[in-house]
Amino acid sequence: MNDVVAMGREPAPAGTRPNLVRINLVGLATIVRKETRRVVRIWIQTIVPPAITMTLYFIIFGSLVGGRIGQMDGVPYTTFIAPGLIMMAVITNSFANVVSSFFSSKLMLHLEEMLVAPLAHSTIVLGFVVGGVVRGLLVAALVVVVALFFTNLHVVHPLVTVTTIVLTAVVFSTAGLFNAIFAKTFDDISIIPTFVLTPLTYLGGVFFSTALLPPFWQKVALVNPILYMVNAFRYGMLGKSDIPIGWAYAIMLGFGAALFGAVLVMLHRGTGVRS
Amino acid sequence: MAALIINGLKKVYRNGVEALKGIDLTVKEGDFFALLGPNGAGKTTAIGIITSLIKKTSGSVSVFGYDLERDREAAKACIGVVPQEINLNMFERNDYTLINQAGYYGVPHHIAVARTEKYLKALHLWDKREGIARTLSGGMKRRLMIARALVHEPRLLILDEPTAGVDIEIRRSMWDFMREINAAGVTIILTTHYLEEAESLCRNVAIIDEGRIIENDSMKNVISKLQVESFVLSLREPLAEAPALGGYTVRLRNEHEIEVDVAKGQGLNQVFAELSAQQLHVASMRTKTNRLEELFMRLVEDKPVAAS
Repeated sequence: MNDVVAMGREPAPAGTRPNLVRINLVGLATIVRKETRRVVRIWIQTIVPPAITMTLYFIIFGSLVGGRIGQMDGVPYTTFIAPGLIMMAVITNSFANVVSSFFSSKLMLHLEEMLVAPLAHSTIVLGFVVGGVVRGLLVAALVVVVALFFTNLHVVHPLVTVTTIVLTAVVFSTAGLFNAIFAKTFDDISIIPTFVLTPLTYLGGVFFSTALLPPFWQKVALVNPILYMVNAFRYGMLGKSDIPIGWAYAIMLGFGAALFGAVLVMLHRGTGVRS
Repeated sequence: MAALIINGLKKVYRNGVEALKGIDLTVKEGDFFALLGPNGAGKTTAIGIITSLIKKTSGSVSVFGYDLERDREAAKACIGVVPQEINLNMFERNDYTLINQAGYYGVPHHIAVARTEKYLKALHLWDKREGIARTLSGGMKRRLMIARALVHEPRLLILDEPTAGVDIEIRRSMWDFMREINAAGVTIILTTHYLEEAESLCRNVAIIDEGRIIENDSMKNVISKLQVESFVLSLREPLAEAPALGGYTVRLRNEHEIEVDVAKGQGLNQVFAELSAQQLHVASMRTKTNRLEELFMRLVEDKPVAAS
């Protein structure tokens, strides 16, 4: 520890105002790099399980049960559920990535590394959200590969397909962050996935068309935001949807903006992260 | 310019605990400043507020002229902090811990990589760069936290008990390192329970107790306020009772040791002379406690500093 001065240590000169734009751009790139490295480093927890789960869904609901169902909305059942299963993977993995990464940072206190740094709250939020989107899209790519073993996939509307999957990943990554900020225990980070996300996803048209539901339940299903996301993505891939696509975009953008605003306010107030 | 100015800083936690009761403090640029106090005195709360981890109730803090409320990011960019509690990502590679931290302060990646090498080598952790924090010893974790706090080359370094749990050899090596950092122009604020550490390193000191600053002066002036020092003398001859020494308070510790209180203005020559006259020979001598520790105890226990 004797040669620090000789090594040319030069603290920032007095009167030099820090360049906050550069700090936030480099900071954002750093958080995204760190989060992406985390997803890849623990691939056995982040990438493999959804690939196995989705393969099982395709085998059971696609090949075995699907063979007896025949067609749905004019396409083979396996083809019908493929977009829904891809979206299901994106939703659960984007959410899980951010909630577990942020909550463990909070629990092990190393979130303080970011909180003491001159980063804007929006940079921290964006960094974690992009990390969640990266995992969501990585898993989605893997599910597409799995799906190709069971059915032929086409993309009818590429722009709708891409924007829907990215927006959905953004919405659920931000929702994961919202959950992680107020969570105090591990129970708090499992409540929303168990009691909210899973039911809404299963009832969100992944495995069925809402046209199969009685009229009353068709109307009830419309309050489920995941229904719009799954149908928008299915429209992008297959050109078929139970709902107007404009509504899907409005809901994704609305939820995304509301959640982003909410987590910014929470961080600004110090909710769950500052005494 | 002052590195840190604190005015009327108050903190009341939600449970009603008043951790800071309106403290005022100024730390000059380039200073090596000790912030001392017993557990629960408010030191860590004050540091938490300066580093934005704790929200203040009222008062103001400015770092190198940047107000922490109005110009928070600019103020934070000047600070490096080593917290009391280990807050490393235990599963992150040690070199990435530093590279990431530099990135959070806007240090471009290639410079961050170079500085990571520089500080890991400086703190004798270079051979551990590919390991993870979880596998490091307690002392190594502390050194990694110091390296992390320095990697963006801050102008103000806050060290909250940086040598806690570190063995004496490494601790002394860390003291040399802190002196070098300070000599290179970095202002350092140190809290520690090793008062010998504060006395040896720091030029100025504030003592905080129950949320109030009860002493704030140069280390020299603070030490000079200690009116009485106690010395332990080992004698060659066994004693049954404490010898009488005119003008000194003497206590028998055991048959070969006595404790002598020497007031400011008194000397030790008289003690030796009187002992020699009584055919008692001093084999060795040491101070009973560290001087700062003595003063600290008297201040926080509300004892008079002057000789009784």
